[in-house]
Amino acid sequence: MSLKTLPFLVMNLGGEMLYVLDQRLKAPNIPLDKSQTAGLWSEDDRKKVMSDIIGTMFNKPFMEELLKPQDVYSHRAMRTLLTRIAHSSIMRLNAASMDKLYDLTIMAFKYQVQLCARPRDVLLVTFNHIDAIRRFVRHNPMLSNQIDEAQRQLIEMYKHLTDGEFQLIRQTLLVFLQDMHIKVSVFLRENLQNCDGRFVLDSSGPVPQGSDVPGLIRLFNSKGREVKRYEFPSCGSYTSHVREGSFDMSGDRVTRLGTNIYSESAENTQTTGAPRMFKQNTQATTVPNLLAKEELNLLAKLIGSMEVRDTQSGNPGFCVNLFATDKEEEEAGTASETNGMYSIIHIQATEDHRANSELARIADEFTDYRDNSDVPSSKGDHLLSLMDEL
Amino acid sequence: MYHKEKSIQIKSSASALYNNLSVLRIAPRSLTYFAVVHANVVNMVSASWDGLNYSHRQLQSKEGTVATSSSLIMQAAWCVLPSRDLLVLTSQQGIQMYESDGSIMVYWHALDSPETPTAQAVFARGIAAVKEKYICVGTSSGSVLVFDIPSKGSNITLSEVLEEHKDSITDMASECSGSQECIADLVSADDSGLLCIWKSGEDFQLLNKIPGFDMTCSSVKLWKGTVVAGYGTGQIRLYEAVTGILHAEVNAHARWIYSLDVAPFSGLLLSAAEDSLVRVWHLTMTPETNSVEIDHMYNECVTDTQICGAKFCDGDGYAFAVTGYDLTEIIRYTQG
Repeated sequence: MSLKTLPFLVMNLGGEMLYVLDQRLKAPNIPLDKSQTAGLWSEDDRKKVMSDIIGTMFNKPFMEELLKPQDVYSHRAMRTLLTRIAHSSIMRLNAASMDKLYDLTIMAFKYQVQLCARPRDVLLVTFNHIDAIRRFVRHNPMLSNQIDEAQRQLIEMYKHLTDGEFQLIRQTLLVFLQDMHIKVSVFLRENLQNCDGRFVLDSSGPVPQGSDVPGLIRLFNSKGREVKRYEFPSCGSYTSHVREGSFDMSGDRVTRLGTNIYSESAENTQTTGAPRMFKQNTQATTVPNLLAKEELNLLAKLIGSMEVRDTQSGNPGFCVNLFATDKEEEEAGTASETNGMYSIIHIQATEDHRANSELARIADEFTDYRDNSDVPSSKGDHLLSLMDEL
Repeated sequence: MYHKEKSIQIKSSASALYNNLSVLRIAPRSLTYFAVVHANVVNMVSASWDGLNYSHRQLQSKEGTVATSSSLIMQAAWCVLPSRDLLVLTSQQGIQMYESDGSIMVYWHALDSPETPTAQAVFARGIAAVKEKYICVGTSSGSVLVFDIPSKGSNITLSEVLEEHKDSITDMASECSGSQECIADLVSADDSGLLCIWKSGEDFQLLNKIPGFDMTCSSVKLWKGTVVAGYGTGQIRLYEAVTGILHAEVNAHARWIYSLDVAPFSGLLLSAAEDSLVRVWHLTMTPETNSVEIDHMYNECVTDTQICGAKFCDGDGYAFAVTGYDLTEIIRYTQG
């Protein structure tokens, strides 16, 4: 479907991830490793984590790759990408935390996409995220400039698309988000989500720009003159549309979709029930996914264009339990570990990388940043071992 | 006017695509077929009229004869011709035609797609059976492909490519009243809301172009020479096909319309949108004054559902069926 969809996924899922991290990093940190002492993250450490992640998301080569016409990735690839983005900071998330984080960001974005009154509003949602991200790093002029540049590119790419083209993008996003019904505490509490995980779609509020309040029928004669008008019961309580949000670098976006819904309370960033096991699309299991190799190449390109943080300076990085109690994390951890999916990709790609110069070139770039003692025997294994560390 | 019947469960949920439900009524066998698209798969259900037997089949999008999970299907629809019924699937790769029960693929047509992806998406969308022997399919570039269908066998050929639209085709419809007097045979609609009216033949003839004012027309029907068009703004418009005269304008829905259907024997019209509402209307033609009227008959709210498909199950509009994004069921309603 639309080949212009990936930027929306990365920007918005990344934005939601930052909202959650910002909120969770203010909570007391309970480390997995008992040798580390529990405590609050310092203001400086939090700022560094946020800045590092934002710097990775908005860096120039990454944005360039992102904006190229391409299909959306699978969930597995998106999750890998987001994990890599998160781990470009000093923070380390265990698999269970990453699972929950991914679930939260997916459901938040699904809510935003479904509730958009017009397909074009998906761009306003993205701008809401970017506006908030800019505020996170307002103390950092270099990052602010990077964000501005990225936003300029997004505006150029999307501002003149027609409604039909935006609807195709939205439909592509909806296919990606299909069948996800994870319950999110804040949505349940605010009555935005039902107990079955579906979102509440209101039959009230303002109609979108360009639409009229339902209820009127008008008949015309062959000269074009209106000859009759009458009403019908419309079964909803809609009002006229409000003013249009700004599609520029700044301004009132009008829509609240895409703004930070997480308050100070930790409960807002909870999902209820057991963490979702990483379910593979049942269709893909019966037919080999011929795109797996393609996806891996694209993913490698994207990751390769990210700046690599040197984590060898003696700082082992902070391991973070993002959510809930140790027991839940343990249980969730076991559940994900027994899911042996990654091994398939590993084998395929190892064979492929030798034939694929692109992957090898990117793997080369990584080795430059690593300690010599860490260099494995095969260059390709480096990139994959990075992904396997999830 | 209608009450809810027992829903039919489908193997996977409906995707948010225009006109995402197709219905084929097979009276001799007391069966109705339903088809719903989920990403790269079409879920087919055959339901017996006594409500006792349901059988399921899934068709996957293919590149030639090779199943590929990468290609998303845009639409699936049955084409009813005098001699045969065919199930047509349109996807990012191209067009596939199957026997009506989905058992055998009789034809496939690959779309030209560039080696490296360009910014323009490539796909086929918009399916209509025209007169005795044509199946027309639209594409993302705006072309309409006309296929010549023999009364049996797989010797299907591409007979013509109609290049009039500049934007992606969204939907197409052929005259469904059965009347031989109608001049216009086919209407095609696109992302800009442009409607093209055609007469079929060895060479298809363009009869009229009705501009769209940049409002996507997502679903279109042609009945007794009247075009019924549903737009992204939630409006329904009735145009006289050959002259382009606007007969009626309805502020029908608060969100994007996804599906329209006409019951040709009774003149009932069904509209469904992302605002969770299905509405039933009645169309009346007054030949003396050459006018068309539309009256509202009924509303059905499918709570918390972005509806993506709605079709009458019979020519009188006695029953209709609805699909919604993320729903794994086909919801049915019957009069009474």
